[in-house]
Amino acid sequence: MSVVYILWLREVKKYLRSRVQIVASLGSPLMYLGVLGFGLGPVFQRAGEGKYLQFMAPGVIGMTVLFTAMFSGIAMLWDRQFGFLKETLVAPVPRLLIMIGRTLGGATVAVLQGTLIFVVTLIAGFRPVSLLAVPLAFLVIGLIAVIFSALATAIGSSLKEMQGFQMVMNFLVMPTFFLSGAIYPLEGLPRVLGALTRVDPLTYGVDGVRGLLTGRTHFGVAVDVAVLLGVGVVFVVFGAWRFSKIEA
Amino acid sequence: MGDRPIIRVQHVVKAFGKVTAVNDVTFDVWAGEIFAFLGPNGAGKTTTIKMLTTLLRPTTGSLELDGLDPATDQTEVRKRFGVVFQDPSLDSDLTAWENMDIHGVLYHVPRQTRRERSETLLRMFELWERRDDLVKTFSGGMKRRLEIARGLLHTPKVLFLDEPTLGLDPQSRNQMWTHVRNLNQAERVTVFLTTHYMDEADRVADRIAVIDHGRIVAMGSSGELKQHTGTDSLEAAFLALTGTTIRDESATAADQLRQVSRVWRR
Repeated sequence: MSVVYILWLREVKKYLRSRVQIVASLGSPLMYLGVLGFGLGPVFQRAGEGKYLQFMAPGVIGMTVLFTAMFSGIAMLWDRQFGFLKETLVAPVPRLLIMIGRTLGGATVAVLQGTLIFVVTLIAGFRPVSLLAVPLAFLVIGLIAVIFSALATAIGSSLKEMQGFQMVMNFLVMPTFFLSGAIYPLEGLPRVLGALTRVDPLTYGVDGVRGLLTGRTHFGVAVDVAVLLGVGVVFVVFGAWRFSKIEA
Repeated sequence: MGDRPIIRVQHVVKAFGKVTAVNDVTFDVWAGEIFAFLGPNGAGKTTTIKMLTTLLRPTTGSLELDGLDPATDQTEVRKRFGVVFQDPSLDSDLTAWENMDIHGVLYHVPRQTRRERSETLLRMFELWERRDDLVKTFSGGMKRRLEIARGLLHTPKVLFLDEPTLGLDPQSRNQMWTHVRNLNQAERVTVFLTTHYMDEADRVADRIAVIDHGRIVAMGSSGELKQHTGTDSLEAAFLALTGTTIRDESATAADQLRQVSRVWRR
């Protein structure tokens, strides 16, 4: 237990010490929120969908969690060759505990970053319908964070070269974001796009957060949470398996 | 020198696809000695260390560390060695003390022992005054010293040092070897090191194995090697044994990453 705790603590400590990085990583969510949020707002309103900021704020929170979690996995590639990871790989503790500590740490950092963006959306004018639902929404955010931290661990364990990084960003992270319904409603989509959104785990994450914070949901919060739990178990097992296979 | 081999390697072969990195290597290391692997890049030094430190399994042959098999008894073997890899494995965003402390937790060193031993080791390696500074503010030599101190925290029986002086200036290299000699005396720990600097092997090691193209071409004390080849310096002995001087091998993926990291960090 102390092994999981100390590795979790390490991730959180590092995050809290990297002030510049915290500010820098707020950049792209702020851009989406500011440019898309206010740029598309009038069109969205005219289409009779209500306030766009209200709609997309949960999406931007989901995006922040996705990006932060995935980056921690990519950083692992570096860490494996030039960093602390190798130290943990020869320690006399089960790989599973190391993977759990790292993944929980990465997920915690992603949730903290998501919290920051949540505060920013509040300042921008986002209003949750019920304050009581906020803690529940954060449970869903936590699930999103665990899912993508575990996936990131799997990818970080499998990639061999830095070149893979660009590929992961272009073919995995960006599509996951754009297909998630974070920035557009899922109703009335062309069939192919609709099908793609349904295989994207982030779709259920964003839908769940949106359902809890604004009352607007496509699948229903119960379905969202069930899907997220299922995907979470699969990804954690997959991540642990890939991590156990690392040869330094 | 002790009276039993703490490391026993017999007819070990390690092949990666078509490339045979280690080709039928056999040697013993005795408890308490400083044993050096001397050879060029790509000779199979790091691969041998990785097999002994449970990170790779041999294709054929057998390895033993303190009577245990690194391939099957990973956890027990890991408790018995400390290792300093060729590439840094410190967390540079944490302090020296935090790096020591995490290591102690990972190796299940009780809290009180952890603190006392961390202090002793940090003092021994002249890092005590800097214990609360972030590792990224340390010089190359200080980082290496911290890695060695950390590797000793759980009182291992064997300390592996893979190219510990790579990238250090001559003064830090000198200082490093003085430290290694001292700790070998003070801690009675067996030291297994690799280097491609002949003067270092000559100066610090009790016994040297010259390795080239995955094979051990000669083994003995520096004096024995010189006598055996009829040469008066280890460099000339090396030349006589391998027919080459230390050379550069083609770059691997890890070498390329290493290159990038050097550009980025300096």
